[in-house]
Amino acid sequence: MTGVQSTGDPFVRFQEVQKSYDGETLVVKNLNLDIANGEFLTMLGPSGSGKTTCLMMLAGFETPTHGKIVLDGGPLNDVPPHKRAIGKVFQNYALFPHMTVAENLAFPLHGRKMGKAEVEERVQRALDMVQLGPFGGRRPMQLSGGQQQRVAVARALVFDPKLVLMDEPLGALDKQLREQMQFEIKHIHDNLGITVVYVTHDQSEALTMSNRIAVFNDGIIQQLAPPADLYERPDNAFVAQFIGENNKLTGTVTGVDGDQCSVELDSGEKVSAMSISHAGVGQKTMLSIRPERVMIAEEAAGCDVHVNARVQELIYLGDHIRTRLTVCGRDDFVVKIPNSTDRAGLVPGNEISIGWRTRDCRALDMPDNL
Amino acid sequence: MTATDIHTGEAGAIVTADGQPLKVSLARALRRQRLFALALVAPLFIFVAVSFIIPIADMLFRSVENGIVEEILPETVKALATWDETSGELPDEAVFAAMVADLKVAKQNRTNTKVGQRLNYERSGMSSLFRSSGRKAARIKEGPYKDQLIKADKDWGKVVTWQVIKQFSPGLTPGYYLAAVDATQTPDGSIEFETSEKAIHTKLFVRTMFMSVAITLTTLLLGFPIAYLIATQPAKISNLLIILVLLPFWTSLLVRTTSWIALLQQKGVINDILVFVGIISDDGRLAMIHNATGAVIAMTHILLPFMVLPLYSVMKTIPPTYMRAATSLGAHPWPAFWKVYFPNTIPGIGAGAILVFILAIGYYITPELVGGTSGTFISNRIAFHILNSLNWGLAAALGAILLAIVLVFYLLYDRIVGIDNMKLG
Repeated sequence: MTGVQSTGDPFVRFQEVQKSYDGETLVVKNLNLDIANGEFLTMLGPSGSGKTTCLMMLAGFETPTHGKIVLDGGPLNDVPPHKRAIGKVFQNYALFPHMTVAENLAFPLHGRKMGKAEVEERVQRALDMVQLGPFGGRRPMQLSGGQQQRVAVARALVFDPKLVLMDEPLGALDKQLREQMQFEIKHIHDNLGITVVYVTHDQSEALTMSNRIAVFNDGIIQQLAPPADLYERPDNAFVAQFIGENNKLTGTVTGVDGDQCSVELDSGEKVSAMSISHAGVGQKTMLSIRPERVMIAEEAAGCDVHVNARVQELIYLGDHIRTRLTVCGRDDFVVKIPNSTDRAGLVPGNEISIGWRTRDCRALDMPDNL
Repeated sequence: MTATDIHTGEAGAIVTADGQPLKVSLARALRRQRLFALALVAPLFIFVAVSFIIPIADMLFRSVENGIVEEILPETVKALATWDETSGELPDEAVFAAMVADLKVAKQNRTNTKVGQRLNYERSGMSSLFRSSGRKAARIKEGPYKDQLIKADKDWGKVVTWQVIKQFSPGLTPGYYLAAVDATQTPDGSIEFETSEKAIHTKLFVRTMFMSVAITLTTLLLGFPIAYLIATQPAKISNLLIILVLLPFWTSLLVRTTSWIALLQQKGVINDILVFVGIISDDGRLAMIHNATGAVIAMTHILLPFMVLPLYSVMKTIPPTYMRAATSLGAHPWPAFWKVYFPNTIPGIGAGAILVFILAIGYYITPELVGGTSGTFISNRIAFHILNSLNWGLAAALGAILLAIVLVFYLLYDRIVGIDNMKLG
């Protein structure tokens, strides 16, 4: 899916969109977002961050308080939901319980001037697509949660919409089924070439499926980037903490040199870090280091930064060992050590030496709660 | 415990550690629970038996019971057994002798008027015949009895008098049921229906059903939008609306009914307003009370909560995403409502309709107060027979027919909608 973002005009455009429910607070603050044709874009964020509201505005169930939304070149603000031709998969499926699966799938086709034979053929094709070919005659209640989810996906796709919205569609499924459905939805997206806007609060879901992820917090997109960028190069403290596991060290910026800066930690150590979003020299900063980028023992010798640590706790997880350390005065520093490594010296209470490379350590803004 | 530890008896049945068969042991373990459950149910069960099942059984019995003729006129009933009522001739001397003997005993016990009253339901004049003959029969000392009795009252010389007595001498009779559907059995055994002007009970049954259906429909038409509003508003507003719906429940039924009289009568509030606004003239005031219109209006108001509450409880469970899903799939909001929302409310409509209909069909106070003559229900007629005419057998037969109608509707409902689909809350 490379190059999807470079094909001329965006397919969906949010332009200075604001939304308020009570006239006092903004749920969505000045949203500008372009979505390319064929893209799988995920809106990720904690509950109350405004991501579902954005989806609702796109579907037409909520109207923007300010700004405009453009779909395929045309303004969408005054188009009622039933004329938008946007497929939507709801959190609790919203399958109609009084209709069979086939009737559910035929529902969006009825208003579209189609022969009976064509309707039947399309319904069957959609059912086959989600591997539910023989289940057309069943009622939704007679299906398992995963099957209902597939029916919901098939129903949102059966009328060939160019844009499909999914609002936490996998939230009600168990973990294994959820992972399986993530792949299936991803494959359907790849095969059909449709544009998908997907809302979730589950970061692993977002990382698995998306071309790009928009991380929402407090009504603002904190970062809009492909999954790898988001994890490896978070722009700010919120994204660093929200996506994946993150080790935090706090200190004060003492100098900036190009894209790097030097930081004096609260415990006195001086370290270098990538200069990203700190407030400038003399200001507090939060350093972010991913647990798997921290080296121990001999491996640490080749690193730019070295500090001492005390082992607090070892948690055996099969493929790796989670090690909790006290580093620079903080006792929530976690390192993931592959199971293959020699673990000599990794005993709770022992002093060890750890290190990391400067480019893996990012100096970010200081969050209020730290 | 490993699998080999499980004890098995001779036939391979599983036994517990002390050698008891598992089933016996389980039954004993559950017995306490069952007894406890039974004890909890017992008070209500006894109450229902005493206040519901026994009265209904008694009513069903009364509607066919006719022991009074045989009890008070035992000899006559015996003697009449050999008389051919279709011959057109008077019974023989033996029957008259038996009647005189029976009348003497009855006069002493003062029961002659009772049997007269019973037979008067079937043929007017019988009451006075038995009252006067009771006195006169005491003076008849010896036979031949036939001429003396006819002399005492010439009605004894009519074949039809004896036909009626013979027809109603068995201990059980279909007579009350026939009367309840405006029919009589002629002495030769054929059934004759009243002309339609005189068929008061059939007319009342039909009117009761028709008005109950009308009330059910008006409560549905008025209740559906209210229930929808309550179910879709935020909790703060919906709670207030629920209270408003329940408010009539907290007011006496009598007060609600009489307040409708104040509103709807000729010199009432609504007529006054209409005259004041100029929609109707002063002598063209609408008759809205003491007729069928008044009964339907007042009963719709009174029964409305019984429609709204089941509807609301069903609508509350319909997720708002159904409508959103339907519109996102391209359906205009109106067809989306009819094809997606409405079908899901049918269990509530069914429950509300059957509740309102069954309550309406047996309603008494409101039609009594505001129904006038064109708005009375069959229940008012039943009350009339119990309180005024004292024809309890006929009242029981009417009640039994009403019960049967309700049961038929219930079964029809079960067949068409399915009772499992009914949701009351």
